[in-house]
Amino acid sequence: MTLNSNIPEGPLEEKWTSHKFNTKLVAPQNRRKFEVIIVGTGLAGGSAAATLGEMGYNVKVFCFQDSPRRAHSIAAQGGINAAKNYKNDGDSVHRLFYDTIKGGDYRAREANVHRLAEISVQIIDQCVSQGVPFAREYGGLLDNRSFGGAQVSRTFYARGQTGQQLLLGAYQALERQIDAGSVKMYARHEMLDLVTENGRAVGIITQDLVSGQIERHSAHAVVLATGGYGNVFFLSTNAMGCNVTATWRAYKKGAYFANPCYTQIHPTCIPVSGDYQSKLTLMSESLRNDGRIWVPKDKNDKRAPDQIPEADRDYYLERIYPSFANLVPRDVASRAAKRMVDDGYGVGSLKNGVYLDFKTAIDRLGRNVIEQRYGNLFDMYANIAGEDPYTQPMRIYPAVHYTMGGLWVDYNLMSNLPGLFVLGEANFSDHGANRLGASALMQGLADGYFVLPTTIAGELANHLNQPAPSTDSAAFVEAEAGVREQINRLLTTRGTRSVDSFHKELGHLCWDYCGMARNKAGLETAIKEIDTLRQEFWSDVRVLGNGESLNQSLEKAGRVADFLELGQLMCQDALHREESCGGHFREEHQTPDGEAQRDDENFAYAAAWEYNGAGKAATLHKEELVFENVHLAQRSYK
Amino acid sequence: MSLNLLLKVWRQNGPNDEGRFETYSPNDIDEDMSFLEMLDVVNEDLIAQNKEPIAFDHDCREGICGSCGVVINGVPHGPKKMTTTCQLHMRNFKSGDTITVEPWRSTSFPVIKDLVVDRSAFDAIIQAGGHIAAPTGAARDGNEILIPKPVADQAFEAAACIGCGACVAACPNGAGQLFTAAKLAHLNLLPQGQPERWSRTVAMVDTMEEYFGSCTNYAECEAACPKGISIDFIAKMNRDYLKAKFRDRRSTTKIDTSEAG
Repeated sequence: MTLNSNIPEGPLEEKWTSHKFNTKLVAPQNRRKFEVIIVGTGLAGGSAAATLGEMGYNVKVFCFQDSPRRAHSIAAQGGINAAKNYKNDGDSVHRLFYDTIKGGDYRAREANVHRLAEISVQIIDQCVSQGVPFAREYGGLLDNRSFGGAQVSRTFYARGQTGQQLLLGAYQALERQIDAGSVKMYARHEMLDLVTENGRAVGIITQDLVSGQIERHSAHAVVLATGGYGNVFFLSTNAMGCNVTATWRAYKKGAYFANPCYTQIHPTCIPVSGDYQSKLTLMSESLRNDGRIWVPKDKNDKRAPDQIPEADRDYYLERIYPSFANLVPRDVASRAAKRMVDDGYGVGSLKNGVYLDFKTAIDRLGRNVIEQRYGNLFDMYANIAGEDPYTQPMRIYPAVHYTMGGLWVDYNLMSNLPGLFVLGEANFSDHGANRLGASALMQGLADGYFVLPTTIAGELANHLNQPAPSTDSAAFVEAEAGVREQINRLLTTRGTRSVDSFHKELGHLCWDYCGMARNKAGLETAIKEIDTLRQEFWSDVRVLGNGESLNQSLEKAGRVADFLELGQLMCQDALHREESCGGHFREEHQTPDGEAQRDDENFAYAAAWEYNGAGKAATLHKEELVFENVHLAQRSYK
Repeated sequence: MSLNLLLKVWRQNGPNDEGRFETYSPNDIDEDMSFLEMLDVVNEDLIAQNKEPIAFDHDCREGICGSCGVVINGVPHGPKKMTTTCQLHMRNFKSGDTITVEPWRSTSFPVIKDLVVDRSAFDAIIQAGGHIAAPTGAARDGNEILIPKPVADQAFEAAACIGCGACVAACPNGAGQLFTAAKLAHLNLLPQGQPERWSRTVAMVDTMEEYFGSCTNYAECEAACPKGISIDFIAKMNRDYLKAKFRDRRSTTKIDTSEAG
């Protein structure tokens, strides 16, 4: 099967406009004849559900949390990009497009990224009209800040809680539709399988996490907005419940999984403090606007940071990358920190971090301004690390944060399975091999508010006056039986090891061999060891309790089972990609000064993997990336 | 530093089970652990003994999703002010401490299992009116609505509520005022929220009263709130509710008079 990205014809700037005109519509009086399932209630799923409900479709929405407001979009701190050019600093749709393509190390689709940049301006307007309390200047106008990978100020924010405020906006719009009866909400429900008939997505199998009940739901289209798979590393900035299950089970039903090796390591997180650690906490990238990153010049320097004079400090980002300095993109900043720590310059008792220092900014702007900008982040840091960042520099280290890979989708955000749409972080999306800061919120909301509501009509229009598929069909019966069998197997294995112990071990393997730097031998080792671990899991996992009431071990077990399979595919993808690009750094492929070395001749494609059954190698499909509007160049932030 | 503790944890198999306290004594708890990481350690130990682990809600573990929340020694989210349970670290306890852990206690939040409760009553209040009608696509430019910084800041402070339910758990009456008032203040302060201000206020307050107890100004909610939401917002809600009711009466009276005349 060849992958058709369905990119519209015509000049880049006109593609989305002409596509909107050329896409079939569903008339208002016909929309109520369509059932749409949406899984996930973060920015992408929540905004899509609210919009489709408002338009008149019958929508069913599912989330595993107790309320749609808990989705992990809520934890995004720094902001959301938009090409408004309110600062008159030379920003434009084309510049946001260009920055995103370049930031993604030339591994994203031009047409998608341009559409994203175009829509960015509408998102801000939409959110303001919902009452999202963005930061304002004294004159009442919207305020902006700058972010990594850009030389303009285009990031809109609500203190350090931008994700929370945007998500609450979408959540409130969703609740309004639930009240209106156009959307039916299923909280504490987990999707456990995708149902397909003749290669088309027709519904899902879910489990009610409170009663344990297995349920069948059919629809004219299924939308997955279930986030990323960063928790394959066990330790990440993701919420504890974030998982790959929905997209992974769709993959096993025939949807292609693209670029799983593109994982983003965020440069500014609080370093690990012990074995018990359950997650890592991010300190917003926006801190790099005012914080300066440094390590002592002498690796044996035992002095407290405030006792180390300027002359004995190495502000290495400012030294190596003078034009972007502390605002280089995430992948570049992360690898630089790793090099410093690997070379022995790490700080803190475990020597596993670098300093992020606000002294210069506090001296220049005053403590008040810094408190206004980052107050909640400073409090959070003080709480976790037990140190006061107003008087002592923060200690930071990179951590797994975001996954650029995900289910393959065409320009319409539809996967290779007709009727299956994938939004937000769950798709392989618009960020190429590296996502710029403040662009995840932008993509989630662009997909949910503006792209899907247009493109889904084009697909649904083909099925007008066809009833939603029956849930009594063989496909539903078989899918439900498969789900029951897996649950039963997990509950009856009664081995000796807890689910978490497997998850932690998997996380270590992924971090050691498929983390910030990867090489052939390591990846081959990881693939073998993950396979062994997976077999051990299925023979020795201990899941107590039953399947007829809330059972959090059982929930976790199903998710970890999928992570064990995904981990292998991620390593396989990393092994096959014999180049370095963005978040994927192969040690064999670097420039003499240690930067990522792309191979555009052989690897300028999206790698979409097709499942061939348990124990069989996945088949690689390539979507060649065509660059007509940007010139491929070695990224330089010097 | 490590701690040896005595934990008394509420265990309840389901909504209809009576429930009871069970005692555990975790040792060598690192003071840098969060409270939930301490519970993780206890759970791993329970699993090793073939006992079902303690169920508790949690997700982001960075104090923003609002999923977590247990009553620790009688105080929602525990002894540290302005802190969610996931952000409470064990350095706030001493070795030898006895710690009692219970779910939110409120008839509006029925227990599902152990420390997990059902907070869907909060969603019902938001459904009733906690939103601004803004269909996708109909917005004008964001800068056409000027919002003075102090107004935006105050709206933000109200909007910082994470919906955890500690306010209800802390209230002797099980009132839902702080949660409702925070959302009303967020939306009613902003120019975008004015057209629906009065109907929103009545709808949300009336829904709140279906589920929750009455406010008698104990102010325990403010003390327990991990985001420091002020009870001043409750006063504002009450003023708006009263005004909304007067407006209702005025419009009804007017119609009555005109008909009589």
